[in-house]
Amino acid sequence: MVKVHERKFVSADPEKCVGCQICEYTCSFTKEKAFNPLKSRIRVVRVNQLANMAVTCRLCEAPACVAACPRDALTQSEDTGNIVLDKDKCNGCGWCIEACDYGAIMLHPETKVVYVCDMCKDKADGPQCVKWCPEEAITVVTSDVLAQKARIGAIKKLFQEPEEKK
Amino acid sequence: MLGYAGTILYVDLTTGKTRTEKLSDDVAKKYVGGIGLGMKLYLSNSKAGVDPLSAENPLVLAVGPVSGTMFPTGGNGHAFISKSPETNGVGEAVSHGTFGAELKRAGYDAVIFTGKAEKPVYLWLDDDAAQILDASQIWGKSSGETEDAIKNEIGDYYVRVASIGLAGEKLSKISSIFNEKTRAAGRTGLGAVMGSKNLKAIAVRGTRDIAVAKPDEFITMVKEFHERMKGPAAQKYRTLGTSENIMVQNQLSCLPTRNFNNAHFDNAQKVSAEALNERYITKIIACNSCAMRCEHEAVIREGTYKGTQARMEFDSVWALGPNCGVDKLDAIIKAAELCNYYGLDATSAGVTVSFVMDCHEKGILTHEDLGGLDAHFGNADALVQLIEKIGKREGIGDMLADGVKIASEKIGKNSSQLAQQIKGLEVTGYDLRCLKTAALASAVSFRGADQNRSGAYTIDLKGKVDRLKAEKGRGKLVKDAEDTYSLIDSLIICKNAKGTLYNELSDMAKLYRLVTGYEMTSEELTVAGERINNLAKLINVREGKSRIDDTLPWKVLNQPITDDGPAKGAVVTQEELDLLLDDYYQARGWNVEGIPTKAKLKELGLEEFSSIIEGKEA
Repeated sequence: MVKVHERKFVSADPEKCVGCQICEYTCSFTKEKAFNPLKSRIRVVRVNQLANMAVTCRLCEAPACVAACPRDALTQSEDTGNIVLDKDKCNGCGWCIEACDYGAIMLHPETKVVYVCDMCKDKADGPQCVKWCPEEAITVVTSDVLAQKARIGAIKKLFQEPEEKK
Repeated sequence: MLGYAGTILYVDLTTGKTRTEKLSDDVAKKYVGGIGLGMKLYLSNSKAGVDPLSAENPLVLAVGPVSGTMFPTGGNGHAFISKSPETNGVGEAVSHGTFGAELKRAGYDAVIFTGKAEKPVYLWLDDDAAQILDASQIWGKSSGETEDAIKNEIGDYYVRVASIGLAGEKLSKISSIFNEKTRAAGRTGLGAVMGSKNLKAIAVRGTRDIAVAKPDEFITMVKEFHERMKGPAAQKYRTLGTSENIMVQNQLSCLPTRNFNNAHFDNAQKVSAEALNERYITKIIACNSCAMRCEHEAVIREGTYKGTQARMEFDSVWALGPNCGVDKLDAIIKAAELCNYYGLDATSAGVTVSFVMDCHEKGILTHEDLGGLDAHFGNADALVQLIEKIGKREGIGDMLADGVKIASEKIGKNSSQLAQQIKGLEVTGYDLRCLKTAALASAVSFRGADQNRSGAYTIDLKGKVDRLKAEKGRGKLVKDAEDTYSLIDSLIICKNAKGTLYNELSDMAKLYRLVTGYEMTSEELTVAGERINNLAKLINVREGKSRIDDTLPWKVLNQPITDDGPAKGAVVTQEELDLLLDDYYQARGWNVEGIPTKAKLKELGLEEFSSIIEGKEA
């Protein structure tokens, strides 16, 4: 069993993300052999030209989607932290969708059950969006690594020469 | 049918009725898609001699066979085609973003708008369901505001919208059709065609899968292009952006300055890509499916224009900057933002302002004529105010809102000599006097003055030929470049990605085969490119154009470059132009009047249109 804070998930860096949606195409092609953003487990948001970000499941420590499901169709894998769906139990009610703060779990347009990132568990080289992102904006991280990065960034800024600060 | 959606939608705005037709394999293969398919549909659905701003003039929207796939830059384009109110010939303009991909997913290769709505409307395409909805609440809004309003009304924030701003509503002949706030089908005044139909916007939601014929090979090809896009072919676009050409061209004295009074801008450094990036570019973003993002977003954080935001490219920096003698980047960015806000083609708008400044300095337009505006070259405030007036058709702006050709006709006093246009379309930022391959290409360009019909300036700039010399052989170079560009605009790949097509035609043919599953050799695709150019020419011939229209602005023909440097004294004489035209028509297999021959139409499978050349081809 993996310790919770070592759980790996896919995260995009908004500084690097350019909103190209290649991750969406990659995901839908990998999972469904079709180019269709509506079938992608990762979705791109462009709030305005300056704010671009790809969003997918963060494998939360206390996943609200799992808690919200009245039919116990969703569970979290103890091994990987992945959100796992029991298709037979899901009736597409959408409570998990409402519960997720990130819009990371969605209703599939054809199967009518929910779907969510599974970290490309069947792929030897891991999440395909990470592999394809031309900006290297998407990486597999742990919450520890995110905290480390934030920490290093903050300290770097602290020790910057005044004129470099912008 | 793969790649293609297989469906053409007809929208009659007069009756409010819509219907669909199948796209036949034959038409798809012959005209490829994009501008090729669009011009074919235009020609088959229109009559000769109609007023471009009347209900009789159809407007065609078309995507390409690769739209909706993840081929980098190929997945995201769309084209508008109609009769241009600026040139009275074929009008076409391509835009990128995400709109085109969405339209393909909604299940359409093309949409043909005919007639005119009684009141302002917008088309809402929700996959199969096409509805014409009331747009009275959004009439008057900018494209950006329109997009937000429609998303709110429909309640889906992933809906994609193409729309016109105030300029298009007011039938400005230099207005564009914008999508996703910063992208535009910019040239030839098609915003006014939409406006004349009371069609404010087209909103699309497409939920279908896009499948390709050979998925595994296709993905391998996509991966290869991702790698190419990390390399030198895309470097300029990824880093400094297209405005890098400001300094490149300035050094070669081919940067038109002060409405072509100069070919060199002494203050170019102040408006260079380096200055722009250093001070204003905040983010570089990508269109859908693109792996070489190039869209440079400028933000002004302080001063008079604080809060201004606009996408900046070479064309807008040049047209609103050096071309007007303006060296203040913040004002240039503000002017570009206003062009977006009102829905103007920034190139044409900038050339219109430079025309006014030239008229003012030469005493043709007085202080009073300009409503008290001090429109001398270099006056950044005048630039911003004139764009504002043109956008609103306010005061002098009313006369200017149809571009320089019409304005000069109204002004008279030989002001036509200062109107930098070909066939009615304003020129782009290349001094044709010292780029003679580009001069030929601009003269013959079917949509009027423009570098984007052939990119022939690169032949001159890269030193493949003596750029100051007019000589035989340029005709073939221009023809081949045009045919390639027409294919790029028909598949709809981005022209900024042209450098990544290492083996232009064989790369394009391979892409076409992998996506559609149709057999297509490089040779067949080359013929398709030639066919599409001839088709465009046929529209122009039908509208009465011939050799006399394949000409250059007065200054290019009569006023040699005076700046010291490599281009001093350069001009294109009428003799040189005639030599170049003869050579080009010959390379095209057209007669000396520039009319395609019957034999040529037969060779290209365009016999169905041979009545157009009847009596003209001898």
